[in-house]
Amino acid sequence: MDPSHRAEPPLPAGKGQACALNTEVALQLLHQSGHAGLPGTPFSDAWLQALIDALVDLSSRDALTGLANRRSFELALAREIDRVARSGEPALLLTLDIDHFKRVNDNHGHVAGDLVLAAVGRALAETVRPMDLVARVGGEEFCIVLPNCPAAFGPQVAERIRTRVARSPVVISPDETIHATVSIGGAFAPQWVRTTPRLWIDRADVQLYRAKTEGRNRCCLEPAAVPLVSAEEKGMLFAASTFQDFE
Amino acid sequence: MSAVFSSTASSGGTRAAGAVITAVTSGKGGVGKTFVTANLAAALARQGERVLVLDADLGLANLDVVLNLYPKLTLHDVFTGQTRLEDAILPAPGGFSVLLAGSGMIEYSRLTPTVRDQLHEVIQRVRPRFDRVLLDTGAGISDVVLYTVSLADEVLLVATPEPTSLTDAYATIKVLASTQPRRTMHLLINQVQRVGEGRAIRKQLQMVIDRYVNTGLDVPVSLELLGEVPLDSAVRDAVLKRQLLLVSAPGSSPAQAIVAAAAKLFSR
Repeated sequence: MDPSHRAEPPLPAGKGQACALNTEVALQLLHQSGHAGLPGTPFSDAWLQALIDALVDLSSRDALTGLANRRSFELALAREIDRVARSGEPALLLTLDIDHFKRVNDNHGHVAGDLVLAAVGRALAETVRPMDLVARVGGEEFCIVLPNCPAAFGPQVAERIRTRVARSPVVISPDETIHATVSIGGAFAPQWVRTTPRLWIDRADVQLYRAKTEGRNRCCLEPAAVPLVSAEEKGMLFAASTFQDFE
Repeated sequence: MSAVFSSTASSGGTRAAGAVITAVTSGKGGVGKTFVTANLAAALARQGERVLVLDADLGLANLDVVLNLYPKLTLHDVFTGQTRLEDAILPAPGGFSVLLAGSGMIEYSRLTPTVRDQLHEVIQRVRPRFDRVLLDTGAGISDVVLYTVSLADEVLLVATPEPTSLTDAYATIKVLASTQPRRTMHLLINQVQRVGEGRAIRKQLQMVIDRYVNTGLDVPVSLELLGEVPLDSAVRDAVLKRQLLLVSAPGSSPAQAIVAAAAKLFSR
C-alpha cells in the first residue's frame, strides 16, 4: 500500500464550516449507533482517521442487526468470486429467509418483527466461522458467504444454522415468545470459473425457493456435479507422486 | 456446448496461412502460466518469429502485471469499438507484441455469442500478421477457456508437480478430449525440483489417460513433453521485479529451459 495515501491533506481554507457541519452529523450518527467516541484532539490526524474508520464501519453494517449490509455483502461476494476463480477453493453461498415473517409483523407488530430479525441475525452470526460473512440483504432476507467450505460440509453447515434458529425462541414480551424458523438455499461457486454475483445468488435463490415450496424450515443445497476426476483416477495419478522411479 | 466446439474445431485442420495459434492453459491457476507464456514469447521472438501474446484471461488478466505494462488501449477497447485492433497491439519488453485484455473485461468472462464472435474475429485478424500467436487463457476449465483453446492450432498445458496442479491438468485434458477433436497436447512442467521429473510426470499422466480417457476414443490422446522448467529463485526475483526472466537472468537454468522449449516449439 502506498504510504502517501495515509497522509491527510490539511483542510482547505473556507471549507472549514461545511466540514464541521458534516462532522457534526457524522458524530451524531456514530453516537446513535453506540460508538464509544473518537480518540485524541478533534480534527487531529488520528481523530480524523478514527472518524473515517468508524464511518466506513457504520456504512457497511445493517443498523438493526449489526450484520454486514447489502453493500458490503456485494463487495465480499465479488471478492470471493475473484478468489475462487483464481484459487479454485470451494466457496458456499447461503441465502436465508425467515419463514412467514409477514405474520410476525401482522400479528405482533413491527417492534416484535425487529426483535425477531435481530435475534435471527445473532443466531446466524454465532453459528458460523469468523471468516464467514453474514449479511442482512433485505427485509427478512439474509445471505452468508462461506469461503473455503468443502462441498461435504455444506449440508452440515446449513443444517446447523437452521436448527440453531429453530431452537432459539425470541422473547418479544414478558409473556410472548416467537418460534422463528428459516428456510435456507445454497450453492457452491463453480470452481475455477469466474461467475457473476447475480448468477451465484440466483442459483442459491432457486434452492431457497425449493426449500420454501417443500415446506419451509429446511435447507436445500444445489446438488453437486459429478466430479470430473474420480478418486480412482487420482489414485493412479499420484501412484508415483514421489516420482522416484525415473527411467 | 458441443455445437460451439464442433463449429470451430474444423478450423484446426484447415487453417488459413499465417501464424500458428498456440493456446497456453493450465487448469489450476498460479502455476506460472502467464510467466511461461511471456518468456516463451520472448524466446521465440529471439529466434526470429513475429510473436503476439493475446491475453485471453478475460476475467482476470495479469499479463500486464507480469510485463510491467500500463496499457492505454486493450482488447476491451477493441471489443467495444473504441479503438482499432492495430492500435491495441503493443510492443512488449521481450521483442514481441501483446494484446492485453485490460480490466473491465469481467463482462466477457462468460461465453456469450458476442464474446465468442469477437474473440474469433480478433484471432482471425491477427493471424496473417504474425508467425505465432500465444493465447494466454484463464485458469480453470470454464467455457471461455475451452472455447479459446478450440480456436488454437495447438495447445500447451502448463502444470507443476503439485498434486492439485496435476489433477487439474488431467481434468483439462479429459474435458478437451471429450469436447474437441484435438488429440496431441503439449505439456510443460514448471517448478520441477529434480531433473527428469517432467518426463516422469508426462509418463504418469499418459498412463492415466490411456486407462481412463483413451479407452473411449477412436484416436487416442497423446501428451508430448515440451520441457521442464526448474524451480529457481531467479524466477521469483524476475516476477517481483516484473521483468522477463530472459532479460533479468538469461543464464539461469529456468531461462535456458524456456529457450529450449521455445526451440522445440519452433522446430515443429
